[in-house]
Amino acid sequence: MQSVVLNNIKKVYGKDQKIAVDNVSFDVNQGELFGLIGPDGAGKTSIFRMLTTVLLPDGGSATVEGFDIVKDYKKIRNIVGYMPGKFSLYQDLTVAENLHFFATVFETTVEENYDLIKDIYIQIEKFKNRRAGKLSGGMKQKLALCCALIHKPAVLFLDEPTTGVDPVSRREFWEMLKRLQEQKITIIVSTPYMDEAKLCDRIALMQEGKILSIETPENIVESYPDKLYAIKANNMHALLKNMAAYEKTLNSYAFGEYAHASFTDVALTENELTEYLKGHGLSDIEIKKTEVTIEDCFIKLLKS
Amino acid sequence: MRTIKFLLFKEFKQIFRNRAILALIMVMPVVQLIILPLAADYEVKNINLSVVDHDHSTYSQKLISTITATPYFKLTGYNKSYDEAFRLIELDKADLVLEIPQGFERNLVRENQQELFVAVNAINGTKANLGGAYLNTIIQIFNSDIRVKLLEHEESNQTQNIDVTVSNWFNPYMNYHVFMVPGILAVLVTMIGGFLSALNIVKEKEVGTIEQINVTPIKKSHFIIGKLIPFWVLGNVVFTLGLLVSWLVYGITPVGSLLVLYVFVSVFLLAILGFGLLVSTFCDTQQQAMFIMFFFVMIFILMGGLFTPIESMPGWAQTVTKFNPASYLIETMRMVILKGSGFKDLLRNIGIIAIFAIVLNLWAVLNYRKTS
Repeated sequence: MQSVVLNNIKKVYGKDQKIAVDNVSFDVNQGELFGLIGPDGAGKTSIFRMLTTVLLPDGGSATVEGFDIVKDYKKIRNIVGYMPGKFSLYQDLTVAENLHFFATVFETTVEENYDLIKDIYIQIEKFKNRRAGKLSGGMKQKLALCCALIHKPAVLFLDEPTTGVDPVSRREFWEMLKRLQEQKITIIVSTPYMDEAKLCDRIALMQEGKILSIETPENIVESYPDKLYAIKANNMHALLKNMAAYEKTLNSYAFGEYAHASFTDVALTENELTEYLKGHGLSDIEIKKTEVTIEDCFIKLLKS
Repeated sequence: MRTIKFLLFKEFKQIFRNRAILALIMVMPVVQLIILPLAADYEVKNINLSVVDHDHSTYSQKLISTITATPYFKLTGYNKSYDEAFRLIELDKADLVLEIPQGFERNLVRENQQELFVAVNAINGTKANLGGAYLNTIIQIFNSDIRVKLLEHEESNQTQNIDVTVSNWFNPYMNYHVFMVPGILAVLVTMIGGFLSALNIVKEKEVGTIEQINVTPIKKSHFIIGKLIPFWVLGNVVFTLGLLVSWLVYGITPVGSLLVLYVFVSVFLLAILGFGLLVSTFCDTQQQAMFIMFFFVMIFILMGGLFTPIESMPGWAQTVTKFNPASYLIETMRMVILKGSGFKDLLRNIGIIAIFAIVLNLWAVLNYRKTS
């Protein structure tokens, strides 16, 4: 069964009618971990805010657990948990007070749903009398997640939960999400980090308010049509410039310490390319085939 | 109900954690109430007077010493010519110039008539007005004194005088404190209530906590009530502090009943808090809210009858004051504290403020949007 359904949802902002979300449609299954992947300004937050009923859409319709986001907003507010991108708990209240407060607001108690948050809360319990504003970034995210879960929501919306969080905390956070998924909670998460995308069941790649592709991460990677090479040389800048100028290049871009590139000519040999680059004054050239990542797919989609 | 209870818990906790604000709320009104009434005094004292005496006679000396003997005038110049004295006005060292012409004494005795010249620096209107009036009065008294002396031995020639005796009701000694303290206290209650509530919801918007609140099933009215009550309590605390200060420092105790005062202030606080909340639902940042509140508070104070009587304002301004809740509070405070007015006399004021309270709060609830 579908937990969240979007039907041509549209949002425009301001007098200049800037389109933030452009006729977006997708479905999220119950208990699915669904990722919205895209750069800043892709429209992820607008979609979240519409689905959590704090922003009205300008067109289209959507339902959360069968409830319409415009008509049944009151019901939706009871069954969703929302963690905004910006930390938005009371910084001058302590960890325990925040949790208690949000439990009360949802007319429940911390004890009632303690099972759900136990794994996460244990990690911050020793700071329970510390003010939320004084917590570290990772701790804040854990507290925010606890507060979003305290009423046992059917759907959890997490807007860039790992932005600005250190790599260790990020990994821990995703492990927590996986465990929550086992509790049959539908989770929709947005992130600008491509490496987190493969942890989702399905992902929607977004750009400028449009959805480029919705697939499982595996399928997205598999459907990449070209052979991908990683190339390294003594001068990265010159390498990129020459790669872009090469007539057989389909796509080339920096990717960490390497440049990733694909070519129009399937029969292109590594020697041929090496000769070309050497001819342009580059040395220490290293060329190898590489595995396709989500980021490569995303760049490919953007260019097509 | 449980939700409201916890909302209140939360608000009070936040207020008590913000020590600086709490101290400001408590200390600010006390200090202001001690300082402001002493400074905001309508009695103009220390008017700088410069005298140009062309006569140098016994009478002119007597006149000058009569004037400078009062606490109102301070002799800052004794010049040879009017031009010299006028220079003092230009330098702001003199507010008034009194020119005594040559032959002042001789003409006064012989011809029973003499003229004096008074020049007033009218940059500060109040000072000019009152200074001129004081000087006139003193000269008149001086005048009648010498006339009586001159006519002493001619009993047949009676002087005709209308003697006016004034009795000051409700403030027998015309003590300005009795008049100003309740008014200033009214303004302080207005300011504290208005600013606290205006900044509060906006702060939640700025910090982002409102985002989290908006996705909860919390009711708009509950949220607003949760904001209203803590500040209502604080407002009453400030008002009580103010009454204590006026009693301990100025010895002012209300002639009327305290109950009447508290009932009125309670309703008034609802109105002004509602106004603050309304402002905060329109604003996105604390800065915006602050400036809007300043705009209104200035109008509330200057068009509230605190300094200048509403009755002497132009017609359109009087209409504006009808929509100024602070004007009703200032009036009521003075009525109860000075005159001892009771519920019956204040029914109209209470009614109007109650309407303000209902309209403003309803408007605030309606205008507070959980969805944008």
